[in-house]
Amino acid sequence: MRKINIFYYVLTAITAITVSSCKKNIPGRTDNLAPLNPQNIDLNAGTWKPVLMSRPDTFSVPAPVATTSAEYLAELDELKGYQKNMTGEQVEKMKYWSAGNVLRWNEIMRDLVTKYNIPAYQNPDGSYPIPSAANPFAYPLFPFANPPYAARAYAYISAAQYDALIACWYYKKLYNRPQPYSVDPTVKAQTGSTTLPSYPSEAAVVAGVTAEMMKLLFPDEISYVQQNLYEAETSAMISGTATRSDITAGEALGRQVAQQFIARAKVDNAGKAVGTPTDWANLETKTIAKGEVPWYSLEIPKRPPMLPLFGKITPFLFDTTTVAALRPGPPPATHSDQMRQETQEVYNYVKNPSREHIRIVHFWADGISTYTPPGHWNAIASEDFIPKNFSEVRWARNMALLNMSLMDAAIVCWDTKYFYYNARPTQLDSDIKTLTGVPNFPSYISGHSTFSGAAATILGHIIPEKAGSYTAMANEASLSRLVGGLHYRSDCNVGLLVGASVGNYAVARAKTDGAE
Amino acid sequence: MKFKSKSHGVCILLCICSHLFAITSFSQTTDDAIMMGKNNLCSGLMYSHSSWDHYWEGTFKRDNQNLGTVSTQMLAVMGNYGVSSKLNILFGLPYVQTQASAGTLHGMKGVQDLSLWVKWMPVEKDLGKGTFSLYLLGGASAPTHNYVVDYLPLSIGLKSKTLSAKLMLDYQLNNFFVTGSETYTYRSNITIDRSSYYDNTDLILSNEVQMPDVNTIQLRTGYRSDRLIAEALITDMKTLGGFDIRKNDMPFPSNQMNITTIGTNFKYEIQKVLGLSLTGGANYVIAGRNVGQATGFNIGVFYILDFTHHKKESDSDSKK
Repeated sequence: MRKINIFYYVLTAITAITVSSCKKNIPGRTDNLAPLNPQNIDLNAGTWKPVLMSRPDTFSVPAPVATTSAEYLAELDELKGYQKNMTGEQVEKMKYWSAGNVLRWNEIMRDLVTKYNIPAYQNPDGSYPIPSAANPFAYPLFPFANPPYAARAYAYISAAQYDALIACWYYKKLYNRPQPYSVDPTVKAQTGSTTLPSYPSEAAVVAGVTAEMMKLLFPDEISYVQQNLYEAETSAMISGTATRSDITAGEALGRQVAQQFIARAKVDNAGKAVGTPTDWANLETKTIAKGEVPWYSLEIPKRPPMLPLFGKITPFLFDTTTVAALRPGPPPATHSDQMRQETQEVYNYVKNPSREHIRIVHFWADGISTYTPPGHWNAIASEDFIPKNFSEVRWARNMALLNMSLMDAAIVCWDTKYFYYNARPTQLDSDIKTLTGVPNFPSYISGHSTFSGAAATILGHIIPEKAGSYTAMANEASLSRLVGGLHYRSDCNVGLLVGASVGNYAVARAKTDGAE
Repeated sequence: MKFKSKSHGVCILLCICSHLFAITSFSQTTDDAIMMGKNNLCSGLMYSHSSWDHYWEGTFKRDNQNLGTVSTQMLAVMGNYGVSSKLNILFGLPYVQTQASAGTLHGMKGVQDLSLWVKWMPVEKDLGKGTFSLYLLGGASAPTHNYVVDYLPLSIGLKSKTLSAKLMLDYQLNNFFVTGSETYTYRSNITIDRSSYYDNTDLILSNEVQMPDVNTIQLRTGYRSDRLIAEALITDMKTLGGFDIRKNDMPFPSNQMNITTIGTNFKYEIQKVLGLSLTGGANYVIAGRNVGQATGFNIGVFYILDFTHHKKESDSDSKK
């Protein structure tokens, strides 16, 4: 009997473990979304204030042919053919894209940032190769999508999508071409119907503008991006919301709008942000001259500082003189009592970290092979925008406000970091072991805190009922850098404040852009 | 091979091999063609130390001065109870501590996974001049708490719940033996502290990670008597899926971790104290993928308790 009893307990334990650990493929949180079906189609969005375009009709879109023309009827036949012969894969793609084009392209952008967010392996002599836009396929692949690079990429793409959709909405209202399924009831509205005019197709506008921007920002991914563009546009046709001419006009418009942003990107100083060995040496010399201990890389071999001239990039929400005006006062002097106390505080946190503190550190770390802190805030924003059912143009507007805030936060933060060039906690006290990797740039002010302060401020304006929760998230993200051993309390507190100041510029813009 | 009483009881160390990226469960008692006698409990403590300063990112072997030497220490309590001479139950519970000698990363420590195995010897018969035996084993393990897993190479374990099935064949001729085994380990999905991760193909918007299963083949041979065992072994562990660490990237729990390890073990039973044995071993990783090239050693002390007498008393008591 005893033998049977023990056997029984063991079997029970094994069964319990089996039942509770069923293995399956991992569904993403946004894999299966309902089609986007906005309550408010924002028909007048053509009057909203663009970022770079001087007028909504800066780029011309030819008048569409009449819906009674033979040409248009042939286009309807093409749609019906698609709908009749849909493959299972096409249905899957249609469902995927129907959740929203701005959302899906934002996710693709985060995917690419994640893929390219990996620092180069050193050369045999201990130096590091630098990715080159002129030779993007050579190791290390271009770009290194680190947090400032990513912030800028997200901002350019989001702002360009926004301008392109303002133009799109302008022409939709101007030409007022009905949806294909409204013209011909035998065309099925597979993903819901709308009274929004169909010409030019918003799906194609977003695809065109994004594909064009990504050529610049992720040049190795042109074929991958082109594949997504094709699927987005085909999905729009299969769903019955766009004919061939809606798509063609939309993609052309998107690509044209992108040129204005590409032209800006080429002269915004990002190309010089890496700096030169002379620049790097000067940062050190200047800091020593001030009587402070300069930052040095904690990596072995020592890696040149990350994008030291990123602070010189032209912001979106304000001018370059404002960058200097937003720069906070100095951190505590290296040898001051306050710095000693703050270093001790960091040590006390990391000496015996609690499980909850480690969880917070890892939740917000957003280090290499992640979409970076700006990407994390894009994920948070996206998942909160989904239930809001914003129109595509309002999605783009809100994402542009968020990402321009994050890019400008990166600019002000990097300007501050390299203005003061101060040491990380571990540099001042090597007993401070960190709970995630130490980023390769100076300490003051915390990038995570600056990003989070900016994001929480603009998101709290966009979704006021969540303002308190965004502030709590920003505070937790900021705290994670203190308890993880990456930053002093001053870095975090001042970072949050500076971030909020940047975010307020986006709020001011939001109040006057015509969308509210 | 079986030992029926305390005087002939051999208690073999259970080795919880930790090659840092790949933390395999305790193995050696379950891998041994040895059974505890009925109502005997062999239990003990084992300490192991494993370290490496080179590792493989996919197939690219490198060092990393930002880690220096990564070491893992483990103290495990283990036991093997003989339900009968043909059916044993085994358990193991390790405490693990990790650290890196260079760089800034904080080490981790804590109790890891509880393992439980059933070991059955359905066949034991004379074959030629020796003895052939066949063993079937089933095992399960589960983390004892929500430890940090997404922090390789310094996390203390991989946090999957596992189920294992093992087939083992043994042939003993006089004091020389050969044992071969194959183990299939099913691993449950795990959750990590962040809300998204990259699997080298896609950005996954989830905190849940699919863990590929593992297959392990082992061969061991050497000298085996009642009081002394000395053996050499080779173990080949393959992860059936998963992805490579990209160049200069961080490792991830669902990487394809493959390890080929060679090692040697000994066990010596102290003659003066009946049931007390000492164990020791050393091992070295000769090939790997997404793992550290670890060198390890272990020592253990085990003691056998015989419950046969007490059981009879309690049985007769209960009948009264």
